[in-house]
Amino acid sequence: MLIDWFTVIAQMVNFLILVWLLKHFLYKPILNAIDTREKGIASKLADAEAKVASAQKQQADFEAKNKSFDEQRDAMKAKAEADAKTEHDRIIDAAQKQADGLRASEAAALKDDQAHQAAAIRRMAQDQVFAITRKTLTDLASVTLEERIGEVFTRRLGEMNAKDKYEMGAALKSSPEASPLRSAFTLPDEQKTAIQNALNETFSAVIRVRYETDANAVSGIELTAPGQKLSWSISSYLDSFDQSVAAMVTQETKPEPAAAPAAEAK
Amino acid sequence: MNLTSDQLIFWQHGFLKLNQTIVTTWAMMLVMALGATLLTRRLVTEGKISRWQGALEIIITTLEAQIKDVGLAEPRRYLAFLGTLFLFVATCALCIIIPGYKPPTESLSTTAALALCVFIAVPLYGIREQGVGGYLKTYTQPTIIMLPFNIISELSRTLALAVRLFGNMMSGVMIVGILLTITPFLFPIVMTALGLLTGMVQAYIFTILAGVYIAAATLVPKPQSVPVPSPKAAS
Repeated sequence: MLIDWFTVIAQMVNFLILVWLLKHFLYKPILNAIDTREKGIASKLADAEAKVASAQKQQADFEAKNKSFDEQRDAMKAKAEADAKTEHDRIIDAAQKQADGLRASEAAALKDDQAHQAAAIRRMAQDQVFAITRKTLTDLASVTLEERIGEVFTRRLGEMNAKDKYEMGAALKSSPEASPLRSAFTLPDEQKTAIQNALNETFSAVIRVRYETDANAVSGIELTAPGQKLSWSISSYLDSFDQSVAAMVTQETKPEPAAAPAAEAK
Repeated sequence: MNLTSDQLIFWQHGFLKLNQTIVTTWAMMLVMALGATLLTRRLVTEGKISRWQGALEIIITTLEAQIKDVGLAEPRRYLAFLGTLFLFVATCALCIIIPGYKPPTESLSTTAALALCVFIAVPLYGIREQGVGGYLKTYTQPTIIMLPFNIISELSRTLALAVRLFGNMMSGVMIVGILLTITPFLFPIVMTALGLLTGMVQAYIFTILAGVYIAAATLVPKPQSVPVPSPKAAS
């Protein structure tokens, strides 16, 4: 008989015992280990996914910030450029104004210098004219300039037209105090007497005169009454001389002509 | 020459006896239980695992996957029974490389015992899944006429299971024994290697067939649904 029933039963029991043994000592520990590891891996994967999501969010935030920063930088750059251009224009404008002001002040100073120079020349010319005239008259005609000026003034009084003579006479007569008679130099007593006589004779009254000397203001002889003035001076001579001097000074201050274009072309 | 290891009796007292099959089985059980205890003593759940743990995990997960492929949706319920079937038969076959060893599966008593275990386990699992009525009803499927044929099928497949494993295991050992007497050198080694392969295949077949029987018994028939035309389709 191939089948021994006791052995069959014993093997069945043995097999069931083996099932129990392997279940407790093999399958359960292994399956538990696998489950625990799978849970750990799943947890790590979830953690990694969360980290990836966080990293992606951070990257997105970073890119957004970068973009915002770029925009802000561009805006600030544009503003800085605009500000710089405005400041540049303002500085250039101020410099131009300052340059214009300097040019104007220089021109005014030059003009002032020219005026002062002209006045000085005029003064010097006047002195020279007087000196030359005085010398010439003394040497050639044995007449002093003062005498001659006094004569000319006396003759002018006589040559006045009626209307002027009347108005001048009224002014001299109505003057409460002595009318000033200014001359560039001190008149000799003879001249004073001659002039006084001529005045008295011309206006038919005793004209009170106060003699004054002012070489700077008067270039000849001048009688002043309220609202009236009678004078003879070398102003006309000096005016023509002044024009000549002015023309000369203007020519001197003109800028040098530029080099010939032909020379430049070479 | 003994045809089966049952006939080598070490101790007997009336009906009780201690033959080579039982002793070898105890030895196998001891080795497997001790091996399992030693191998699962230092299991790690994080980081790098040892090669032994990796090998064990591969064996267990492969068994699980095979049981699932058979049609058992929750393989862990059946892993202890089917997995032990496979490991016991496979270990018995693997040990034929040990000189003087006679596998317990070479004994028809052992294969019959395993087949009877399957024979008992199938209705137990079926009843657990479907209830007694539901399970018994499967014998009358598709018609009541099939009841005797189903019962015969149940008995015959258990017999076939036992005999198949016995025949294959015994034939392998027998062939090796016979060839050993004829050509004592190279050829028996080749046949032993072939016997190893045959043993593994038999272990696999035995386990898969047991799984298929259990799957057939535990398969809950789905209620047939009658399609109802929708109002839109009707209009």
